[in-house]
Amino acid sequence: MSTFLLEIVTPERKIYGEEVDMIVVKGVEGELGILPNHIPMVSPLKIGPVRIKKSGSEELIAVNGGFMEVRKSKVVILAESAEFPSDIDIERARASKERAENRLKNIGDYDIKRAQLSLQRALNRLEISSKS
Amino acid sequence: MAKGMREIKRSIKSTQNTKQMTKAMEMIAASRLKKTQDAALASRPYADKLKEVISNIAAGTKDIDHPMLEQREIKRTGYLVITSDRGMAGGYNANLLRKLVQTLNERHQSPDEYALFVMGRKGRDFLRKRGYAIQEELVGISDSPQFADVKSIAYAAIRQYEEGGIDELYLVYSQFINAISQKPTEKRILPLQEDMSGESSTTEYEYEPNAATVLAILLPKYAETLVYSAVIEAKASEFGARMTAMGNASKNATKLISSLTLQYNRARQAAITQEISEIVAGANAQS
Repeated sequence: MSTFLLEIVTPERKIYGEEVDMIVVKGVEGELGILPNHIPMVSPLKIGPVRIKKSGSEELIAVNGGFMEVRKSKVVILAESAEFPSDIDIERARASKERAENRLKNIGDYDIKRAQLSLQRALNRLEISSKS
Repeated sequence: MAKGMREIKRSIKSTQNTKQMTKAMEMIAASRLKKTQDAALASRPYADKLKEVISNIAAGTKDIDHPMLEQREIKRTGYLVITSDRGMAGGYNANLLRKLVQTLNERHQSPDEYALFVMGRKGRDFLRKRGYAIQEELVGISDSPQFADVKSIAYAAIRQYEEGGIDELYLVYSQFINAISQKPTEKRILPLQEDMSGESSTTEYEYEPNAATVLAILLPKYAETLVYSAVIEAKASEFGARMTAMGNASKNATKLISSLTLQYNRARQAAITQEISEIVAGANAQS
C-alpha cells in the first residue's frame, strides 16, 4: 500500500513527521479524508482531531488553529498547537472548559468569540484524551 | 590588627560574593541563549511554510484584495515594543526605549497619533512613568516563550489594525546580531509589504473553500508569526546582553579584588613593621 509523508508543524517545533497511509481531518467545509496522490490543496482546519492511519493502527492528534497543505506525496499541517493524547493536560483542559463556560454564561464585555474558541479547544482536548 | 585591615577584608569578601553571583548569572544567560537560538531555529519551518503558501496564493490569483496588504493613509501608528522583564542586562532596555522615545518625538506631534503595545516589565514601567498611554501590555513572559504566550498581545495589535484603529504597525525590538552585539530596530509588519509575488513553486493548488478565504485566515496568522519570531529574537538579544554585562561585571570584580588584596597586604606589612619597630624601640630603651 502506498503511503505519504505527513508533517505537523507548530511555531515551536515539528511534532510529527512520518509516512502514513491516510489521514482524516476536519476542514472548514467538513471532514476530509486524504489518501496518497491527492490533488494539491490548501484548506484551513477547524479545531478538532486529526486521525492518522498508519499500518493498521490509528493515532489521534489534537490540532488547534491550523491549516493543511496537501501535495502529491506530502501533507503539511501547520497549527498553532498540536498535541498527542498523552501530552494533553486533562486537569488544565477541564479547568479551561469551566472557565470558558462561565464566561459564556455571563457575557459582559468579554470577548464571546475568544471564549467560544477556548471552549472548543478544551472540548477537543478532553474528547481526544478520553478516546485513547 | 589595624582597623583598616578588617574593613578591607570585609570588602574583599563582599566583592567575592558579588562576583560569584555575576558569574552564575553569566553562565545562566549563556545556556539560555543557546536554548533560545535553538527555539528560533525550530520556529523557522512554520513561518517559512506559511509564507510559501501565502505567496503561492498571491501569485496564483489576480488582484487579491485584503486589508492587510493594502496601504492606507496613515492617521495612527501602532508600536509593539518588546523589552525584558528583568534588568541586569547592560544597556539592553535603555537603548531600545531611547530609540522608541526618539522615534515617537520625531514622527508624531500628539499622543493621539500612536498606540503603544508593550511587552516586558521594564518597558511598561518606563513608559508609564513618563506618562505614555499604553494600549495593551504583557509582562511575565517565560524565558522560553511559547506561541500561546505571545498570541494575546499580537492578536490585540493585529485586531486594532483590522478594525482601523491603527493604520500601520511597527515592531520595536532588539535585533540579535551576535552574542555580544544587539541593535535596537524597528520593523514595519503591517500592512504586509514583503514581496509576496516572488518566486513560487509551480504546484497549482485547490483552495477550500476559495483562495480569498484561505488568504483571509492565513494573513493574520502570518503577522502573528512575525511577532513571535521577533519575540524570540528579542529574548536571544536579552540573554546576549545579559551575558556580556555579567561577564564585564565579573571581570571588574576580579580587578577590584586584586587591588583590594594588594591594599590589604600593604596594610598588613605596615602593621608588622610598626610592631617590630615598637619592640626594638622598647628593647633599646631598656638597655
